[in-house]
Amino acid sequence: MAPSRTLTITASVERAIRRHGEDTFPYECCGALVGQTSSGNGVMTVAVVPLPNTTEEGPRRRFLVRPSDYRDAERRALELGGELVGFYHSHPDHPARPSQYDLDHAWPTFAYVIVSVVSGAAADMTVWFLKDDRSTFEEGNLHHGENPHPDTAPAVHR
Amino acid sequence: MAKILIPTPLRPYTDKQDSVDATGATVGELLADLTRRHEGLKTHLYNEQGKLRSFVNVYINDEDIRYLQKEQTPVNAGDTISIIPSVAGGVEAVAAPSPRAPAGGSKTLPELTNEEIKRYSRHLIMPEVGMEGQLKLKAARVLCIGAGGLGSPLALYLGAAGVGTLGIVDFDVVDYTNLQRQIIHTTADVGRKKLDSAADKLKAINPLINLRTFGTRLSSDNALELFRDFDIIADGTDNFPTRYLVNDACVITGKPNVYGSIFRFEGQASVFATEEGPCYRCLYPEPPPPGLVPSCAEGGVLGILPGLVGVIQATEGIKLILGKGEPLIGRLLLVDALAMKFRELKLRKNAACPVCGTHPTITKLIDYNELCGIRGEEAPVETGVPEIQVEELKRRQDAGEDVFVLDVREPHEYQICNIGGHLIPLGDLPKRIHELDSSREIVAHCRSGARSAKAVNFLRQAGFRKVHNLAGGILAWADRVDPKMPKY
Repeated sequence: MAPSRTLTITASVERAIRRHGEDTFPYECCGALVGQTSSGNGVMTVAVVPLPNTTEEGPRRRFLVRPSDYRDAERRALELGGELVGFYHSHPDHPARPSQYDLDHAWPTFAYVIVSVVSGAAADMTVWFLKDDRSTFEEGNLHHGENPHPDTAPAVHR
Repeated sequence: MAKILIPTPLRPYTDKQDSVDATGATVGELLADLTRRHEGLKTHLYNEQGKLRSFVNVYINDEDIRYLQKEQTPVNAGDTISIIPSVAGGVEAVAAPSPRAPAGGSKTLPELTNEEIKRYSRHLIMPEVGMEGQLKLKAARVLCIGAGGLGSPLALYLGAAGVGTLGIVDFDVVDYTNLQRQIIHTTADVGRKKLDSAADKLKAINPLINLRTFGTRLSSDNALELFRDFDIIADGTDNFPTRYLVNDACVITGKPNVYGSIFRFEGQASVFATEEGPCYRCLYPEPPPPGLVPSCAEGGVLGILPGLVGVIQATEGIKLILGKGEPLIGRLLLVDALAMKFRELKLRKNAACPVCGTHPTITKLIDYNELCGIRGEEAPVETGVPEIQVEELKRRQDAGEDVFVLDVREPHEYQICNIGGHLIPLGDLPKRIHELDSSREIVAHCRSGARSAKAVNFLRQAGFRKVHNLAGGILAWADRVDPKMPKY
């Protein structure tokens, strides 16, 4: 069995995701992760791009990033000298585990960070990667690392 | 030859290239060529049916092909095609029976005993059910609201099919008038709790399922708690307050609402409150004014109709559990048993829906009697109309007083029983008012007193002064004056 993949996030990235999830509670928040995919299994996240949740199915249980926002996030990632490495979203009052719906809509390669927000307070945070055959998600290791570029903006607010 | 721009997550499948050349006359051909060159892309771009996945957006020179000719959009040399992801997700989906299931479908299912394998063999040999489907049924938990007309076939078939945990909520008692349609109950059950009667039948049909009975009236205080332990809610209620309550509680708890309703020869069925579909309030944002839509007791219902609609509900529940077929999500099925026609209306999720819309205003359960304009059960729809008791009417008739009895029921009701009144159905009263003499004492009656109260109100507004409502209607007459008269 292949070793599980690792996503490294800086303390400021983690704070930004938690805060975003708490701000939008009881609705789901979502945003892009900007960083670098290094050789081996590791992915380093250095910044987040909070995105509007544009779902029309009720933002309590759904999030949707429009193609235009995706392009926006891609452009911001390039501006920051990185690339899109994944997305994060919150599960209000639900565990930080991917749902069948998450699986059905997942893209390969990307890291999916889920933060559980319980009664308005951010709790567990997990990271998941889609298996190549789309059969399931594999839980990755969430590694809390230092910010290698202290001058990089931790969160790009719009 | 055209250039296809590959998004970041798919680049591992294109040898890390961010753009790939492909050939084809249409977008569809181009993508087919792309997936031939890079086999690994196929499963991420196309679903099992060979259609582009919903979250895969394809743009040709900055235009979404959905607004052009979709995959038939022609491609010219030098065009640039972009594959742009929509990123979507959210908490637990509809068809996953247990919210405690671990990610990705590796959920541990129970096993079937030899006894169960024999019992469900006609399911097991169907490819759409099979062992996997039967295990899903066994793991599923369905709550039926009501053990009446719709609840009878629902519970019977779900139990027989092997739904592992079957819950029933009902507070009512079996009545003779129920037996014409509520087939889970028998004549010997009259007077028993519907819950006990239904439980006996279900245990007899399938002792292997886990039956959970709740002898309570579903309310805003207990609905969320009750729904929590179930995956699917089947609404077999016969009144608007409970129907809105079930819907809202389903949206709030994220459980699909398998809906059915019946009236005379007509029925409706749908699946509401799923993640992707509309809810009952998207279809009917507001309840009808009280009294506008008659209940079964007032309007009557063809006995087989709840059978027809309840079986449709059971079918939809089982499809949701199996994750097979096309559920009635976003579709309202209309059944007309007289014409024997099934029609279908497309329903859209309403972004402005107060419960399931983008900015819901109802985020917890409310007072549903108040919502539906019902202020306590005994309150009549029309209040303050002058009344006369049945004994008083009898005494005055026997004394030879001149009392004109006006019967505002329908002709077919008159045939069941009558007290010799002049028949003018309530709806005809305005155009037949000339048949009445305003100088005479008039006593209006119907079956129970509700319709005749409206008639009395109408007549008083039309200038009639000596008009009274017979309290309790012909039912009270049968109870207290003429015990030989049939009641309906």
